[in-house]
Amino acid sequence: MRVALVVPCYIDVFYPEVGIAALELLGKLGVEVEYPFDQTCCGQPMANSGCESDARATEELFIRNFAGFEYIVIPSGSCTHHVRNKFIAAPLSEERENVRSHTYDIVEFLHDVMQVKEFPWAEFRHKIALHTSCSAIRGIFMQSMSERVHDPQFSKPKDLLQTVKGIEFVEFERPDECCGFGGTFSVTEEAVAAKMGYDKLGFIGKTGTEYIVSSDMSCLMHLQGCARRLHKDVKFRHLVQILNGERE
Amino acid sequence: MSAVDQAASAAKFIEDKTHEAHFDELLWMIRQKRDYAASQVPEWEELRDLASAIKEHTLSNLAEYLEMFEASAKRNGAIVHWALDAHEHNQIVYDILQSWNADALVKSKSMLTEECDTMKFLELRGITVTETDLGERIQQLDHERPAHIVAPAWQKTTQDVANLFARVYGSDPTKVDPVYLAHVMREHTRALILEAKAGMTGGNFAISETGAIVTVTNEGNADLSGNTPARRIHSVGIEKIIPKDEHLAVFIRLLTRSATGMPITQYTSHFRGPREGGEMHIVIVDNGRSTRLGMEKFWLSLKCIRCAACMNTCPVFRRSGGLSYGSTYMGPIGLITMPTFDIRRYGELPFSSTLNGSCSNVCPVKINIHEQIYAWRSVMDEQHQIKFPKKEAMIVAGKVLSHPEAYRIATEATETALKELPRFAIYNHFNPWGYHRDVPAPAKETFHQWYKKNRMRNGSA
Repeated sequence: MRVALVVPCYIDVFYPEVGIAALELLGKLGVEVEYPFDQTCCGQPMANSGCESDARATEELFIRNFAGFEYIVIPSGSCTHHVRNKFIAAPLSEERENVRSHTYDIVEFLHDVMQVKEFPWAEFRHKIALHTSCSAIRGIFMQSMSERVHDPQFSKPKDLLQTVKGIEFVEFERPDECCGFGGTFSVTEEAVAAKMGYDKLGFIGKTGTEYIVSSDMSCLMHLQGCARRLHKDVKFRHLVQILNGERE
Repeated sequence: MSAVDQAASAAKFIEDKTHEAHFDELLWMIRQKRDYAASQVPEWEELRDLASAIKEHTLSNLAEYLEMFEASAKRNGAIVHWALDAHEHNQIVYDILQSWNADALVKSKSMLTEECDTMKFLELRGITVTETDLGERIQQLDHERPAHIVAPAWQKTTQDVANLFARVYGSDPTKVDPVYLAHVMREHTRALILEAKAGMTGGNFAISETGAIVTVTNEGNADLSGNTPARRIHSVGIEKIIPKDEHLAVFIRLLTRSATGMPITQYTSHFRGPREGGEMHIVIVDNGRSTRLGMEKFWLSLKCIRCAACMNTCPVFRRSGGLSYGSTYMGPIGLITMPTFDIRRYGELPFSSTLNGSCSNVCPVKINIHEQIYAWRSVMDEQHQIKFPKKEAMIVAGKVLSHPEAYRIATEATETALKELPRFAIYNHFNPWGYHRDVPAPAKETFHQWYKKNRMRNGSA
């Protein structure tokens, strides 16, 4: 089983500890992970902004880096959604389609592929609010959607986190409303983006939450920026950091 | 006209905390009511599939169904007109009113007449128009466009309405009571309705088999407009056609539940033929729809039944206010339809979304709204509608991110100040990220640097 780890650009630069946790976690589970050294980004920032032609070379580089792997694992629902569902800036080829169909969010990889039932080394004695990104929910269906009232309720990230000793989930209002990040939207429409972030923090803030946990660091980067500005002391962790055994 | 800057208008709206909170909370409550109403119908998803299929079938055979509708309507004694665009529509309506010597028109809320700017056209020609929908009348009195396609005045608080009526009608501004305000409106408007010689409505559906125009309202405003005067005009877009009465049942079950969470509205009216001694005119309007029907990626937006569920669920819409879009249709459905009217003016709208996808999930006719928003963005790039700083940033980002060496130089600079990721991944010179949020601090070393140091033997992977 050849497994490659994708470290998204914003994790590489701002949250390397998340990439490290992902790598260590997969190692603890006995997965031999390769980190293709020339990787940069999946192309989403350009494609998401409509600039497909500017995304092409980056997507081609992604294909060169990751072609041939059986599992291409990304600790991001947003990047996974892009590669799986919108990765068409590079011209159609067998390699491109192979890369797309072999790409998994790390939650999917742990939950569906490896079917991990426990993380014996993990313990997190804190109250957490689980925020799952819109891409993870409505793009790659890692969690049931509040609009689809007749669908069975499920959450793959919650399934995984629930196995961690001591963890306590809080319920908050509008749990699957967008946090306001939205890629370049967070800059082009910064006032609305920030208001959405403030509101999300407001709903979570009513619950006595210590940590906001997500499998998408980009949402957390945005929410963290909002929280710092509002002088809120809530902390942020990527799900893999907790599964990897971080206590704080 | 210059391009609409939705983001700037939205930023202003947010500064007004009272109205922003009012609008967000009101619409979110409606979204929750919609969820509950849908949960009470076990076959909800089946209905959505059915509605979508009926619309796709009808749109795929539109010419045939339109002609069938025309024949049925004529059989019923209605006079049918065809309008290619907004101007032609307005001229036809005006000519009909002229033929009746009518200088006053009572009109029921209709998004099509908003789209055609019919009221302004008629008023410039000396015709007094009175809106019969309470919300639409409020907006008319305040010289504002509708802020929402189902409830035009939802952006206003009750206090706003009390102030407005005090200004216009001299009522008591301290009586912030909906019942009192409704009576004030009734007192001043009912007489105008009773005296009007001509009435006008839009149409929620036009049924080919029966030739009926069907309107769905809570206040009976379509009936006030359509039944009080003996002579009336109905304007409908070509996409409002459905084949038969039996299809209507599917849409009625979905429409009001999606729009307000109510199982049905107070009035579902079928206007089939003229009253004795009266006249019934139907104006069938294209105004860009047939062009859209030919757009492979966007024709499905013609399935829309104007329930506004996509708007109510949209986190951006709720916090932006409906007027920020500067358009007839706003929120998610506006993002994907307005550019077909004017790609320059509405070129920025497809970017007013986080692509969260909630809109597509609530759409009763299953329009792939968020996918169309995404698709419009690349159309804007192809049509050179993406403005300079953003386009420039994307070109730079595309170059840096496709060259690992350049990317490493940009991200691994020893001086933090040189770490350029936020600037090239998220464009600009003076980054607006920081207006309301702290900027994330780059880590001391990137993951890549850590990996190289800790996980590589002899400096190779």
